[in-house]
Amino acid sequence: MAQDRPTASELLNAIADFLREEATPALDRSDPRLGFQMRVAVNSLAILEREWRLAPGADAREYARLAKLLGRNGTLAELTRELARQLRAGERDERDAELMAHLEATTADKIAIANPKWR
Amino acid sequence: MSVHGGTEGKTVAAGLASAASRHFGGPATIERLRRESGGASRQTWSFDAIVAGRRHELILRRDPPTAGGREKASATSLDRPTEFAVLRAAFDGGVRAPEVLFQLGPQDGLGEAFVMRRVGGIAIARKLLRDPPYADARKKIARQLGVIAARIHAVDTANLPPLPHREAADQVTALRAALDSLDQPQPVFELALSWLDRRRPAPTGRPLLVHGDFRTGNYLADESGVTAILDWEGAHLGDPVEDLGWLCVKSWRFGSVDKPAGGFGSREDLWTAYRRAGGSEVDPARAHWWEMFGTVRWGVICLTQAWRHLSGSVKSMELASIGRRAVETEVDLLQLLREAR
Repeated sequence: MAQDRPTASELLNAIADFLREEATPALDRSDPRLGFQMRVAVNSLAILEREWRLAPGADAREYARLAKLLGRNGTLAELTRELARQLRAGERDERDAELMAHLEATTADKIAIANPKWR
Repeated sequence: MSVHGGTEGKTVAAGLASAASRHFGGPATIERLRRESGGASRQTWSFDAIVAGRRHELILRRDPPTAGGREKASATSLDRPTEFAVLRAAFDGGVRAPEVLFQLGPQDGLGEAFVMRRVGGIAIARKLLRDPPYADARKKIARQLGVIAARIHAVDTANLPPLPHREAADQVTALRAALDSLDQPQPVFELALSWLDRRRPAPTGRPLLVHGDFRTGNYLADESGVTAILDWEGAHLGDPVEDLGWLCVKSWRFGSVDKPAGGFGSREDLWTAYRRAGGSEVDPARAHWWEMFGTVRWGVICLTQAWRHLSGSVKSMELASIGRRAVETEVDLLQLLREAR
């Protein structure tokens, strides 16, 4: 069922803007510790907004790469677990170009959601 | 008596008054008591003790008495009495660290706790790295940290309390165990740990005092530079290069990414000052190993902090949100692996 607008992204942005511009300054005046906590909350809302927009595409790309890399099917969680097992066992390492391309792409998609300014 | 911090503040003030009176040998009045930081466990309070007209500016480090169901302290962090003894040995050995004065007893009712002299300066990385008053200090801090690290590693281990001995191999094992306990597969961390495991440095012939959390954010500095090294609860015996590598982990540059030594200078600045102050010649490969290890370590700590919330042992939005910082270290690890090829 399609929801009416605002979309999840629009609503999250509206909440984050309100908390940042109106609630945070008031908290900073009354209780700086709560003001700090509110900044953490606003930052987390921004992560959720990016996740809502970007995660479906990122998850699909990650799954396609993993299934090809490992040559098998399963859920994304199962395939990731198998990759982690192979890496701990030393069955694959950093000399594997396809592995490294997968990890680079997956990490790039994750940081684009969690903290796009990280460098 | 001026007290901030509600009923807990009143309890702390009363316990401090009796303990300070015993230590200074006269009735002590507690003033300007203020909670500095910390969660439910491991608190820091700032206060003044007035004894015979003289004002002593002091800090209380405290683990409140544990009630049933409260979270256990981390397995790798020291208890307060051991931290007290390490700080005393470090201070006596000429390390720029706070001077510890006395421990509190059960009769004071504040849990495991000790008191040390207050040292000037701030620990807030963002301010030290950007604010105008610290412009001169910024030019000195990397070298000062090299000198201080050399002093820490020169502390006579005969003067230390029994400390855990952790070499490179033990630490790789510990991080794998931590990942297993989270039950969330982490391919980048596994790749980095296997890389580290294959190249781990030989154990130190003679294990030295390692601070264990030697980084920007864990020392005080003022306009003249570093005034005191704090947060000794990760102290252990091991490879001294661990401290130098951890300081250079990118997360501790707080945005000043082109200055690896804590955001203030080059690795070479740090190593040169370290050697001139009596430290050993730093093997770049060994330092790189510990920097890469430290990057995984911080990533795993981010997840572990989030899991404290997720497991229900503490309810904290702030801890939960730290879990999403782990990926920052994955970005950095892939970069370190590219550079190492």
